[in-house]
Amino acid sequence: MKFERYEWLAITIMISLFIFVGFIQGWSVSLVILNMCIISAIMTMGVNISWGYAGVINFGVMGFLAMGGLAAVLVSYPPIAESWQAGGRGLGISFALLIVLVIAVMYINKTVIQKRNRYILNSLIIFFGILIIRHFYLNATHNIEDVNPAIAGFLGGLGLPIIFSWIVGGLFAAGVAFVIGKVALGLRSDYLAIVTLGISEIVVSVLKHEEWLSRGVKNVIGLKRPVPYEIDLQNSDWFINLVTYLNSSKLNNIIDVNDRQQVLNNLIIDGSGIFVKLSYAILFLIVMLIIFYFANKAQLSPWGRMMRAIRDNETAANAMGKDVVKQHLIIFVIGAAIVGVAGAMLVTLDGLFTPSGYRPLRFTFIIWIMVIVGGSGNNLGAIFGGFVIWFSWIEAAPLTTFIINQLTIGLEPTNALKLHLLDSVPYFRYLFMGLILLLILRYRPKGIIPEKVRHS
Amino acid sequence: MIDFLNSIIVLLNFIIIPGISYGSQLALGALGVTFVYAILRFANFAHGEIMSFGAMITILFTWFFQSQNIGLGILPTALLALPIGIIATIILCIISDKFVFQYYRYQKSVPVVLAMVSIGVMFVINAIIRIIIGTETIKFSDGQKFIMKAKQFKVMTGLNEGLALKSSQVITILITILLLTFTFWFLQKTKTGKSMRAFSDNEDLALLSGINPDRVVFTTWIIVGVLACVAGTLYGLDKSYKPIIYLNLVLPIFASAIVGGIGSPFGAVVGGYVIAFSEIMVTYAYKKFFVYLLPNSIEPTGLVQLLSTDYKFAVSFSILVIVLLIRPSGIFKGRVL
Repeated sequence: MKFERYEWLAITIMISLFIFVGFIQGWSVSLVILNMCIISAIMTMGVNISWGYAGVINFGVMGFLAMGGLAAVLVSYPPIAESWQAGGRGLGISFALLIVLVIAVMYINKTVIQKRNRYILNSLIIFFGILIIRHFYLNATHNIEDVNPAIAGFLGGLGLPIIFSWIVGGLFAAGVAFVIGKVALGLRSDYLAIVTLGISEIVVSVLKHEEWLSRGVKNVIGLKRPVPYEIDLQNSDWFINLVTYLNSSKLNNIIDVNDRQQVLNNLIIDGSGIFVKLSYAILFLIVMLIIFYFANKAQLSPWGRMMRAIRDNETAANAMGKDVVKQHLIIFVIGAAIVGVAGAMLVTLDGLFTPSGYRPLRFTFIIWIMVIVGGSGNNLGAIFGGFVIWFSWIEAAPLTTFIINQLTIGLEPTNALKLHLLDSVPYFRYLFMGLILLLILRYRPKGIIPEKVRHS
Repeated sequence: MIDFLNSIIVLLNFIIIPGISYGSQLALGALGVTFVYAILRFANFAHGEIMSFGAMITILFTWFFQSQNIGLGILPTALLALPIGIIATIILCIISDKFVFQYYRYQKSVPVVLAMVSIGVMFVINAIIRIIIGTETIKFSDGQKFIMKAKQFKVMTGLNEGLALKSSQVITILITILLLTFTFWFLQKTKTGKSMRAFSDNEDLALLSGINPDRVVFTTWIIVGVLACVAGTLYGLDKSYKPIIYLNLVLPIFASAIVGGIGSPFGAVVGGYVIAFSEIMVTYAYKKFFVYLLPNSIEPTGLVQLLSTDYKFAVSFSILVIVLLIRPSGIFKGRVL
């Protein structure tokens, strides 16, 4: 892969931003932002694959992220035996019945030819079937939610290392995307946007209210980390030695033994935090680079060219014998799967799953701004967009405070307007996001790093 | 007989009256979305924030009037401030068109790009609202709260069940009737209205007939501003004003517009009521209703609730998806005014 000069410039800008923040606000802050930037970049690549490659709009980012988060819970949380005992069988029966119901409906659709009879039969079966299933289901979920509700009250997970959930999260999101795609992909693009947005809201509301699955709004906390804990690091010899070695010149200058121990302890506490964040950053970076590599490969492959053909002229691609509907579905599912991976990583980083935290403004629209600003159809652009937009989202508050203080420098510190403006500093980031999006769409509609059109 | 009356009152109190007032708010919102879609041909994601903006200006002036002790007696002061809110909302719409949407209209951009642009506008208006008024929940309805309290009704009729009638609900319904009548009269009878319909039906033909597109667009934004501001204020009056609510309201509004057939004003109104009633009916617990209606022996033991109220929001979307699958153009064939 060869980068153009402006692309190298973009990469340099990204790296230097973090070094800059590292020196100004501390390395810990810089790494926190970096981690979220990498996750945002992965989400952005997911959206970019469906929108940039094939022009399939996906406003359901929030729902796929939530599915990824659910996977993180279900994979890593230790199983709760009591809950399984209390409601496992009931749940099993209701799911088996549900499958029977679906098969029955499919069978009726195949065998009964007359349209009216088919509708009547189907609605009867669905109505009574759901009544029966509800009975088992409500009993079972009720029992599960009663098991130790303060800390459990759900089925728990598999108790596997959380890193597996990154793959499972992708699969979960892909499964949901497959269903959505089957239902909605035939729609015109602006309808599709609204429908995916709505379905993502449904996904999140299911996660919020089905407490037997993931405790709903009561949240799941204390998920195991894939990286060491700070407290373990602080007690392990090799880490203390490492910190001592790295800071040896500084430590040697301190003569008093107690003082030196004090300084060393502080260094170890700071260092352990940074070490944890750095390990996360390295893990995330590996995932990002893998996805980046394959996304680029796919874009340059014959399949990628076909996608571009479908995007640019659907009718012509169809006439050339390409199955547009199928390819749309495939790319929608792939894009959603990548977003799902990012969702699992997000929950891994936080160590907790809070369904009520999924809001469309933060998790759908901001991601879309990243894609548009970075450059749809270009993976490096997507990463760049993710980095830059998340960076400005975080750094908007200090910047706004600075600007307001400069502008109102003539006013007294107790001036009502000044106080009100300083109170509303957190809201200025929405203003910045909106303005950035509008400016980019107006003056650089293909994004900062536009798609490279290759003729071959 | 008494039991039957009681059960009817239960339905009226918990389903029909709230359904009509919520449906009216949705209908006004969906009408605005449909106008933008029919004339300007894009899905306006900023519509919820425009509604919120109108409500905010109305609240600010309500506060001002309250501090000056100007009121309307038993009616809420907000009605006095509403015209000012409407003017401000119209100005906002026209400014956003002049500085943002117009460019893409002249460029003949595809609808998706315009939808993206409207998301940018949504963010900006959202920020302005939060900066001016914060994110707190604001109750601004004053005057007489109830036209009829549940207790009064019980005493009056001697029935077991009460029927409460909030003044905000009655105001919502009256204003909606007024506004809808005016809008449809405008579309059908006036020359400008007819030119709007022509423009929506066939743009090229309308241009050839000498219709000025800028004028049509200008009128559209005025109507959208009026509808949005009124819908936003009524919603706030009925359920208290909360800036973040309006973003969530965009989805049921879109659902209403699409279910009715996007681009068809009549469809939008019907869609609003369809969505509102199904949201309320699917999530209502019918136990009380059946207790009155059925003999004691087969009285239901559970709540008789199809879905828990947590899924209120999911209902409107499920309906949207079903309608799109069965009849993609909506109940009333959309696309033209």
